[in-house]
Amino acid sequence: MIRFLLRRIVTMAVTLLIISALVFFIIKLPPGDFLTNQIAELRAQGESASVAKAEFLIKQYGLDRPVWQQYLVWLGVMPGPNGFSGLLQGDWGWSFEYDKPVVEVVGDALWLTLLVNFAVVIFIHLIAIPIAIYSATRQYSIGDYFATFIGYIGLATPSFLLALILLYYMNRWFGISIGGLYDAQYAGEPWTWPKIQSLLSHLVVPTVVIGLGGTAAMIRRMRANLLDELGKQYYVTAKAKGLGPTKALLKYPFRMSLNPFIADIGNLLPHLVSGSVLVSLVLSLPTVGPILLNALKSQDQFLAGFILMFVAVLTVVGMLISDLLLAWLDPRIRMGGGR
Amino acid sequence: MEAPLLSVRQLTVDFSTDAGDFRAVDGLTFDIPKGRTVALVGESGSGKSVTAQAILQILSNKARIAGGSILFNDPSGGQSVDIAALKPESDAMHGLRGGRIAMIFQEPMTSLSPLHTIGDQISEALMIHARVDQEKANRRTMEVLARVGFPDPKRALRTYPFELSGGLRQRAMIAMALITRPALLIADEPTTALDVTTQAQILDLIKELQAETGMSVLLITHDLGVVANVADEVVVMYRGRVMEAGSREEIFRNAQHPYLQALMRAVPRFAMAENERLTPIREVGSASLASAGAPARPQPAGPILKAERLTKCFTLRSGWFSGRTQQIRAVSEVDLALPAGRTLGLVGESGCGKTTVSKMIMRAITPDSGRVLFDDGTGPRNVHELDGDALTAYRRSVQFIFQDPFSSLNPRMTVYEILTEPLRIHDIGTSDERYERAKQLLDMVGLDQRSLRRYPHSFSGGQRQRLGIARALALEPRVLLCDEPVSALDVSVQAQVLNLLKDLQAALGLSYLFVSHNLAVVDYIADTIAVMCRGYIVEEAPKSSLFRNPVHPYTQALLAAVPDPDIDRPLDFAKLRAGRFSHPSEWPEPFRIEPGGYGAMKEIEPGHKVRLGSPAAREAA
Repeated sequence: MIRFLLRRIVTMAVTLLIISALVFFIIKLPPGDFLTNQIAELRAQGESASVAKAEFLIKQYGLDRPVWQQYLVWLGVMPGPNGFSGLLQGDWGWSFEYDKPVVEVVGDALWLTLLVNFAVVIFIHLIAIPIAIYSATRQYSIGDYFATFIGYIGLATPSFLLALILLYYMNRWFGISIGGLYDAQYAGEPWTWPKIQSLLSHLVVPTVVIGLGGTAAMIRRMRANLLDELGKQYYVTAKAKGLGPTKALLKYPFRMSLNPFIADIGNLLPHLVSGSVLVSLVLSLPTVGPILLNALKSQDQFLAGFILMFVAVLTVVGMLISDLLLAWLDPRIRMGGGR
Repeated sequence: MEAPLLSVRQLTVDFSTDAGDFRAVDGLTFDIPKGRTVALVGESGSGKSVTAQAILQILSNKARIAGGSILFNDPSGGQSVDIAALKPESDAMHGLRGGRIAMIFQEPMTSLSPLHTIGDQISEALMIHARVDQEKANRRTMEVLARVGFPDPKRALRTYPFELSGGLRQRAMIAMALITRPALLIADEPTTALDVTTQAQILDLIKELQAETGMSVLLITHDLGVVANVADEVVVMYRGRVMEAGSREEIFRNAQHPYLQALMRAVPRFAMAENERLTPIREVGSASLASAGAPARPQPAGPILKAERLTKCFTLRSGWFSGRTQQIRAVSEVDLALPAGRTLGLVGESGCGKTTVSKMIMRAITPDSGRVLFDDGTGPRNVHELDGDALTAYRRSVQFIFQDPFSSLNPRMTVYEILTEPLRIHDIGTSDERYERAKQLLDMVGLDQRSLRRYPHSFSGGQRQRLGIARALALEPRVLLCDEPVSALDVSVQAQVLNLLKDLQAALGLSYLFVSHNLAVVDYIADTIAVMCRGYIVEEAPKSSLFRNPVHPYTQALLAAVPDPDIDRPLDFAKLRAGRFSHPSEWPEPFRIEPGGYGAMKEIEPGHKVRLGSPAAREAA
């Protein structure tokens, strides 16, 4: 077990290293960077003072060096102007656009993103699993068709449209301010109880909107999985023992049908960060999605690079978690036996 | 007379399908007396399993009991209950199901949940029906596991089904059914998926437990050999109705109904005359086969296919947390020779290495040592050294027929596409010629030419297997490797397919390597039989001398374990109970083989060879 974990951690480190190289070089692919673009613009306007500052920053961050050197400095394995200071040392770099350290730009956004997406995951599972069980056990009943119909609507509705509609009615009926994750008055405030309350009430719309598409997809997949398992012999065995229908269902086929979803956790985490960009923009949520989009557009390389690396870490860790969970839940995987 | 334990009267079960209602069980009437075994016999689709499900009220959603009664007189007191009148999810039904009436199923592999331990699944059955705590339930579970023959019941509690062999899994199923001490055990094809020796052990176990507990058994099977050995009374079903019922003696000595007579004629037996032919219930005919004739080809001087000292080891990983590996020798110095136009039968239990051998002949697996020689009339050549055109020619000459007719045909291809795919791959003929060939192939295997545009799912199991044979014949091969081609089929259909294979061989001059675990089937079709155990060929002989004079203890055990549909030749359970005959290191001298050793074959009469252990072989040499 320990050997397995060690092996996995080494593989993870190698994977992350490769991803970091890819991320960095892809960000650098388009010609120029944030600062050179800015300098060109400033020169055109003839503001020499700002130009000097920009040129100072270029020196400061070594942007005049070859790309591979910049990469190594960013990583923290090659001394930059300030000695070894990169991702490995916990220095996430400087955001040129916000003119702040990256850590300050993404600070709150990171954990708010995680919060929103955690809420979404819970929402999806809470809604989808019971409906899926209902439609699988009553296949081709009216209820099943109804759930399927609602599911298709959920899949087909453009989420930003739904977001706008829900925002309007939440504001009209409950007086919840439009956009953001808390009322504007709390911006920059410390986390007090009223601010948390405001956060929770603002969480409803994004959760529903982001979650709905996922819920519909999950109902369809879960229903299909469960239908496969319901036809299996061991379920008949369970019923032939005299087990009641609900207990038999939850103990045997349901548990079997969970495997693909656990295997999916690794995919789920990064998807949650990057998948909800559009909705975050419409709802003006202070999450990392819109920040990433902006950073990529303006070639704010350290900011974009950091967020992408963050997503990569989430992916790799998610994969590890799902592998460990699978091994824990499924003895066939744990024992490495045949079927 | 004492009231029977269960009496079924005029039972009718309807299925509602898209194509309208379908009556699976139609006015079925029979009794199960206390303490006796009643066998329900019939082909698949005759309604046997549906009857069992109706008794337990675990019919699928599409089926319902449309009429009749199922009266259950519980010997432990209480009045009789009409199960047919109970609601499937009522408390009374939950109490009966698993408590008073228990069931075991055909596939011990799939009928246990792979995610839960044996102990969990067995003790659960007890805890549903009796007020016991987990600790007491575990104790009872261990008792039952010990009773059904688990060597280490305590460890078995924490074992998962996939860690067990098929026989032990079925024992666990039996333990699960019997832990509540039911009055009736329904066994739905309990041994069909098992090897013959395991089958004999399981049947023996069921008999013993029945004598101990006084329960009744409803045995559902299509194997008349099993029926002849364990049933007291027999009910023969066909299309949901009783064709004939009576005591075992009456049924086997004096079968009245034509259907039953036909069923008996369709089963291969050991005592068959040299040229006796099985009579399938529904004969299929082919118009063109007799005149088809073998293509003129040079004939090899020696055997067409020869295996020399084939050996193959597999590396097992014992779990991905540890990384330890283990070497298993699956095939040990196997020598085989297949003469042109003849059939070589390869017999053995599951896991003995027979499929590995056939895969090495196919060149799907590379042997660690030894070679396979193929002789197309131009002299023997090593199959594993062929390349380019010679390899393509070899691929055309040797074709495969698979065990499972359901998964070996692509459900998304029409019959025409399936039959012409080999021709397309080898780029033979124009599309018109291929079309003609496909029609000809269908006719050879006795299928209607109009089937060309249909998809595999619209055919029955036997028809699909015939499609598989037609596909194998498309390239005019010289050798067919048949890997358990009839073991997934019903007896009646099995006879059809076996006869077809015989006819094809006679007409086209094919050579067969016929791999099977069913000795009677091999006896019917093969000229020479090789018996395999744990990767060794232990005995090889022309079929007449093998059955007349089996020498090796494993061959003897295998022969003794086959239930014959002849009540004058019952299984000798006592003998089977004694032996651990499938371990080379436990065979008596001179057959004993040291772990890792090879032993050597010795010819004891012309063509009859048997494997002796190393010391004995050295003496002989």
